[in-house]
Amino acid sequence: MRITCPICGERDRREFYYQGAASMLDRPDPDADGQVWSDYLHLRDNPAGLTRELWYHEAGCGAWLIVERNTVTHEIIGTELVEAADAD
Amino acid sequence: MRIEGKGRIDRGNKISFRFDGRDHHGFAADTLASALMAEGVRLMGRSFKYHRPRGVLTLGSEEPNALVTVGRGLAADPNTRATMQEIYEGLEARSQNRWPSLDFDLMGVNDLAAPFLGAGFYYKTFMWPKAFWEKLYEPVIRRAAGLGALSGKADGERCDKAFAFCDVLVIGGGPAGLMAALSAAQAGADVILCEEENGLGGRLRYEDEEIGGGRAHLWADDMAERLAAMENVRIMTRTAVTGAFDQGTFGALQRVSHHLAKPGKRPRETFWRIAAKRAVLCAGALERHIAFRDNDRPGVMMAGALRGYLNRFGTVPGRNVAVFGNNSDAHRTARDLAQAGVNVVALIDSRHDAENLAGDVPFYPGAQVVRGLGRKGLDGIVLRLPNGREERFAVQALGVSGGWNPSVHLTCHMNGRPVWDERLLAFVPKDGAVPGMRVAGAARGRFSTAECLKEGADAGLEAAKALGFSGDLPRVPDAEAGRYRIGRLMAVAGKGRAWLDFQNDVTVKDVKQAAAENFRSVEHMKRYTTQGMATDQGKSSNVLALAVLADATGREIPETGTTTFRPPYTPVAIAALGAGAEGKGFAPERLTTSDESTRARGAPMIEAGLWYRPSYFPRAGEETWRDSCDREVRMVRENVGVCDVSTLGKIALQGRDVGAFLDFVYANTFSTLKPGRVRYGIMLREDGHVMDDGTTARLSETSWVLTTTTAAAGQVVRHLDWVRQAFCPNMDVRFVSETEQWAQFAVAGPKARELVNDLLDTPIDGEVFPFMACAERQICGVKGRLFRISFSGEHAYEVAVPARYGASLFGLLADRAEAMGGGAYGMEALNVLRIEKGHITHAEIHGRTTAFDIGFQRMLSGKKEFIGKALAARPGLLEESREQLVGLRALKPEQPLPAGGHLFETDAEPIRENDLGYITSTCFSPTLGETRALAFLRNGRARHGDRIRMVDHLRDQVTWCEVTDPVAFDPEGGRLRD
Repeated sequence: MRITCPICGERDRREFYYQGAASMLDRPDPDADGQVWSDYLHLRDNPAGLTRELWYHEAGCGAWLIVERNTVTHEIIGTELVEAADAD
Repeated sequence: MRIEGKGRIDRGNKISFRFDGRDHHGFAADTLASALMAEGVRLMGRSFKYHRPRGVLTLGSEEPNALVTVGRGLAADPNTRATMQEIYEGLEARSQNRWPSLDFDLMGVNDLAAPFLGAGFYYKTFMWPKAFWEKLYEPVIRRAAGLGALSGKADGERCDKAFAFCDVLVIGGGPAGLMAALSAAQAGADVILCEEENGLGGRLRYEDEEIGGGRAHLWADDMAERLAAMENVRIMTRTAVTGAFDQGTFGALQRVSHHLAKPGKRPRETFWRIAAKRAVLCAGALERHIAFRDNDRPGVMMAGALRGYLNRFGTVPGRNVAVFGNNSDAHRTARDLAQAGVNVVALIDSRHDAENLAGDVPFYPGAQVVRGLGRKGLDGIVLRLPNGREERFAVQALGVSGGWNPSVHLTCHMNGRPVWDERLLAFVPKDGAVPGMRVAGAARGRFSTAECLKEGADAGLEAAKALGFSGDLPRVPDAEAGRYRIGRLMAVAGKGRAWLDFQNDVTVKDVKQAAAENFRSVEHMKRYTTQGMATDQGKSSNVLALAVLADATGREIPETGTTTFRPPYTPVAIAALGAGAEGKGFAPERLTTSDESTRARGAPMIEAGLWYRPSYFPRAGEETWRDSCDREVRMVRENVGVCDVSTLGKIALQGRDVGAFLDFVYANTFSTLKPGRVRYGIMLREDGHVMDDGTTARLSETSWVLTTTTAAAGQVVRHLDWVRQAFCPNMDVRFVSETEQWAQFAVAGPKARELVNDLLDTPIDGEVFPFMACAERQICGVKGRLFRISFSGEHAYEVAVPARYGASLFGLLADRAEAMGGGAYGMEALNVLRIEKGHITHAEIHGRTTAFDIGFQRMLSGKKEFIGKALAARPGLLEESREQLVGLRALKPEQPLPAGGHLFETDAEPIRENDLGYITSTCFSPTLGETRALAFLRNGRARHGDRIRMVDHLRDQVTWCEVTDPVAFDPEGGRLRD
């Protein structure tokens, strides 16, 4: 498996650390309801098809990536940085 | 025997080798199989289950029978296919799975018991008593069955791993692969051409035909030279591509030195991971046989192999030969044999309407071979003619062709399913089964050389064009364009055992029995009979077995389906897959700058993750580790000790917003920390549990240093990267791990300041450098860092210098400490010191404990948002009945309180239902003169002073103890502020 890091280019998947669903980016407001926080922590979709996941270029530049991937074909549709390029 | 004038071997270069203790001779370019065949050896192995005598069946890596062990001792390579082993001077090979000898194998008695050993025998027979399986049945079966054995010793590092990258990977160096590589390379693509054999040409090396008016095998040699001369082509022979994986990753096994008499320092094998933007699969096709009674006699082999041995090696297994097939290709074998002067007794084609394409040989259309005769070698066959009459022929060799199967394996590695082609009576690959991979030539069911050349050229150019290269098709030379015709015959009807899977001894009857017992799914049949489960993975027999199953269940083959082809295509030794990951390759050593000096002082080392740290520093007269440990603890409490703490994670942070960032990642507040000060912090996971703890120093307005525990250093960096990139993109903060850039030493004890001042360019006192102060300082003229922090509970400092000065600073510190009555201390003493002080490590913050549990709830700031805040406030995480951190002291001072021991009320039965908690850390405290422990106890903070019982069921230990505050020594902390 190979993943294209937007900073470093295409690399072997062993350079990356897999975290989980990209829904972790949608962090609730601090004062959101307990149930909202609980759902954020525990609930994950389990799609047969397109999924957005978090990968960390641990043996590379240290960038966190959002990888869009097909769980059926293993095709990687695209990668982008968690930290949007225009953030700062 | 060798045929004069035939073969492409170097007859001037004679090579001697040994097989089963006997001397043999062959010629350069011979394989072990061809050389043995030339010397009249037909019996090369015994089968797995019935120990039937077996001879060579094929000429490639799909060989099921001729498996041998090459070499001896640690260098022994079991299960080497004689068809792939090139001979060299002094080669020593032995047959396998026989005792006492290949010729006389006692286990051959299994064959007589065959009526009782059919499909499912083991499942049905060895069911009970249950205990017998492990102790009796399995060991006995394992000894009786099986292949060659490994040496049983550690392999050493005889395999290697490597990585390669290319635009176009061409898999297979036959006519299609050669043209594919040429057209892709001419268009400008970087090409890797992998070929499993020792040279290029594929089937052309084994055929007697012409390309472009010249000999086909010489054309292949020319092409090999031409490609080798191109800068953008890398030819990898003896390299089998074993698997196709996601995003154009391929596994490949290169046999580096199996063929060398003196391998020198070369590895035996190298496992390659090849990243290719496009691939062209030109893996060719493999012949399958036909099942008939006793079709496994040595001397019966694939028709294509029979003619291959003749054309390439000039060898045949006997003087009188017959050929039996259901297709036009079998005729070529009869033709080539006859032209070479071998006595072709019969060409038998099961198709009634077949035309003789072999020339002047006795031809039997519509006939079938119903039986092979002989035991340790074929001495005849029985033919059934179309009119039903049976006839016997004396032959020593029979070439069998049940048709050709395109090598679709790699196209199935990503879940692609091949498609049944009714015209070819074989599975062909589905288009696009592996993204970026094209299939060309025989692997796609295009069997003539002319088609292979054309398809290869097209596919190579298309692959290059898909990557943006452009070019013209190379000229495709004229070549053999005969049409392949086949009629359906998989198994000849009749009595007796007709073999499908030679390696696992599966017969037609076994498959029928499986169907009769309702194992109708092909995957079930496979597992019930073990069809196709040996090292050859049924390459020459699976389709036959499917056909028999289809017939037995009244279905067609497409309906029956095929089993799943998975990597690897050919067997790959675990040693090759794991190359580089043995021993220290698996767990590299991380050494501190004080390592050499520490070992020189006689300290036994213990592992902390990948780090090695001193356990204790023994001194003369100390008999046990406890003697040393107790002395080191007293040394720190009464004098001064030095300890390397460089393994703790050190993260340098810079920017205007570091304080705000740390406020968000830590549960407590850091933005209020003044430059020159240090603060302890705890970090939560988003689920509200403690992730890590440590001190953070603010060296200046914008420069900070954060420390992590040794164990969590990597995790914390990852977490900080996550939090900053995901949630704080607009903060002015950047950080980097500098764990290995700094050597850091704890100097602890009442005389710590005296020792530190000895080395500082400008001495300090309590005023300029109070508890929790930090600064950049000149240490022996080197710019370093000084922190006044304490894990031991004593007046203590941590001194950091750039790593290159670490060894010398440690030496200075340890020597001077010794001169002052102190010395270096190790992990054992460090642990005792912190347990006495109730300081936590990852034994306590083990991932299931909260700040509430360890008594740090008040550190959770109510004034700011931070990671883990919302979920740490869940009611279930704040209940008083939770297991809370406490201290324990043994009532009988020397009695142990082992970590892992569980806590119970004094009068409660020590069973799980009554469990109140468990011990996480333990020590004998020389300071307090008693056994101390840290533990988690239900409602523990309300129970200080209570007596409870510790029961360690594993070590059979019961200790009565008293619950205390976690801090057992100097609870006011006066010593560290002195």
